[in-house]
Amino acid sequence: MNPIAFLILSVLTISSALMVVFSKNPIYSVLWLIICFFSITGHYILLDAHFLAVVNLIVYAGAIMVLFLFVIMLLNLNKETEPHKPMILKAAAVLSGCLLMIVLAASLQGYAQQPPAIITEEFGTAKGVGKVLFTDFLLPFEVASILFITAIVGSVILGKKHVND
Amino acid sequence: METIFLIDKTVIAFIAFAITLLIATYSTYAERKIAAFMQDRVGPDRAGPFGILQPLADAGKFFFKEEIIPDTSNKFLFIIGPGIAMLTALMTSVVIPWGGSLNLAGRDIPLQVADLNIGVLYVFAVVSLGVYGIMIGGWASNNKYSLLGAIRASSQMISYELSMGLALIALIMITGTLSMKEIVEQQHGMNWNIFYQPFGFLLFIICAFAECNRTPFDLPECEAELVGGYHTEYSSMKLGFYMFAEYINMFISSAFMASLYFGGYNFPFMDSLGLSQNAITIIGVFVFFLKIFFFIFVFMWVRWTLPRFRYDQLMRLGWQWMIPLSLLNVFITGLVLLWYDK
Amino acid sequence: MQLTNRSKVVSNKEMTAAEAAYIPAVLKGMAVTLKHFFKRPATVKYPEEQREFSEVYRGKHVLKRDENGAERCTACGLCAVACPAEAITMVADERKKGEEKLYREEKYAAIYEINMLRCIFCGLCEEACPKEAIFLTKEITPSNYEREDFIYGKDKLVEGIEPSLRIDVSKRQDR
Repeated sequence: MNPIAFLILSVLTISSALMVVFSKNPIYSVLWLIICFFSITGHYILLDAHFLAVVNLIVYAGAIMVLFLFVIMLLNLNKETEPHKPMILKAAAVLSGCLLMIVLAASLQGYAQQPPAIITEEFGTAKGVGKVLFTDFLLPFEVASILFITAIVGSVILGKKHVND
Repeated sequence: METIFLIDKTVIAFIAFAITLLIATYSTYAERKIAAFMQDRVGPDRAGPFGILQPLADAGKFFFKEEIIPDTSNKFLFIIGPGIAMLTALMTSVVIPWGGSLNLAGRDIPLQVADLNIGVLYVFAVVSLGVYGIMIGGWASNNKYSLLGAIRASSQMISYELSMGLALIALIMITGTLSMKEIVEQQHGMNWNIFYQPFGFLLFIICAFAECNRTPFDLPECEAELVGGYHTEYSSMKLGFYMFAEYINMFISSAFMASLYFGGYNFPFMDSLGLSQNAITIIGVFVFFLKIFFFIFVFMWVRWTLPRFRYDQLMRLGWQWMIPLSLLNVFITGLVLLWYDK
Repeated sequence: MQLTNRSKVVSNKEMTAAEAAYIPAVLKGMAVTLKHFFKRPATVKYPEEQREFSEVYRGKHVLKRDENGAERCTACGLCAVACPAEAITMVADERKKGEEKLYREEKYAAIYEINMLRCIFCGLCEEACPKEAIFLTKEITPSNYEREDFIYGKDKLVEGIEPSLRIDVSKRQDR
């Protein structure tokens, strides 16, 4: 792994993630989030996980964030229409954020002691990922795909119903 | 060895870049000429013989036009929008195999910038990013027509990306690889994928029209309803960039269709001609560009034949016809593959 | 009443499956445009090429002189009366001594104006003229920026004296 590239990407990831939170304008938040996803894609490439990198790009940067941007552009959020949040809500948000941080830190404990995984020739390619998905993780994969098919069929039906009205 | 490799790749990248820009420039001319011929007119013929200097005149005009940045726009995003559109349009050409490999001074030089093992997905990812240029530009203009155009563009692109991906999956099931180079190599001679996936190709070309915002799916710009759609507020070379990006997208998707379904640089009887490898490669490049030009012509041909869809028709076609049909295509392809295996 | 045999009766019947797929219809449309692609363009590249004019084309007017170079118009006003668009106005004047070379009759038009924005180029002025003084020519009235510039006075209408400047109207006289 190239340490300089890793450093640049990490700084970019973390700073853009922070900018998502600190931006006043929600559109800017979304744009920073897109940059954040891009740098995460860069991390995947550094880790030789090309398939994941591209899928991350297609699904998150290419589709989900477009929808986010879409909705926020339509909502026309700006400073005047921003609802005032009560103090207790803000306190709860800080508290739950801290709790999440603790959980994450705890789950990462002892991770460094593990030996690094062996990287095979097929690692990260569509072939390698596919083989793992259809052997070790067959059940979760199939369940997830049924979920997605349901969602697609549901959206088509919603669309059809609207036309018949 | 490493430096020579890098030099090779840089040269190929630059040539691909230059050719892309040249073809995009002349696509504007071709578009006007084809439109004229289809309407029994002559078209631009004043700049140079047959008007072949027209694109240069257009570019000069774009550069010298007054540039207007609206007062209430978001200036940074307004300026960066066309740049993103151009960037994403140009990024795609990396994985397209322009030809076989040239043998120069004992080294095999494949005419492709990068043979990614996920080439098809890469193109797909970059195409899905193409909508950001339009959305950011449209929103930053702070104009309702621009915003409507941007929103139309984004929802249209997301809707058609789904069925485009599903149409491609049926193809990938046959080829068994995501690398563009391998897909093209498999179609050696006349063994083109169009003969195995005619229906998939039909779905794919319809989605490609929608992804490139070309008629009959040009709702994002839609002069008749939205003034100019997402680029209503743009002027001078920024507008030029948006238009240019559209033509580059058209060129790239033509190249994509030619290499995925029509054999790329392969041509019939390429083995029985008895020519050297280099000659075959050079003829292959020409054949590939011929195929690309044919698809660009088809894009324009359709544009000057069909009227624009209404927005609800576009969405109904995308969600209620294209997606079920492409799922069906995947299903049937799977059944046939299973049957052949046995 | 049927004017042509191309008319079709409009029907709102349900489309068959083949029609609803639209692909055949799209291909049909594309065949039409492709046919036009190879058709000769109907364009006439104007400054270099000009459409063939009829021998008796009705364009800009000319006020003729006789063989001695005297104006034939006698300001009788019949052309102005005949004009359905009321485009012609004139002011008559009496010929002074020594002007015999300029004006053929004793009365002549001091001002003779045709408003080319009103003129419909019907040629009735020409028919009404008893002196064979006004004719329509093959020349086209050019475009202009100002409305005033379309009111043509005698400076633009009367033909020149020299034989080279004479305008041939024999084709219209022969009719």
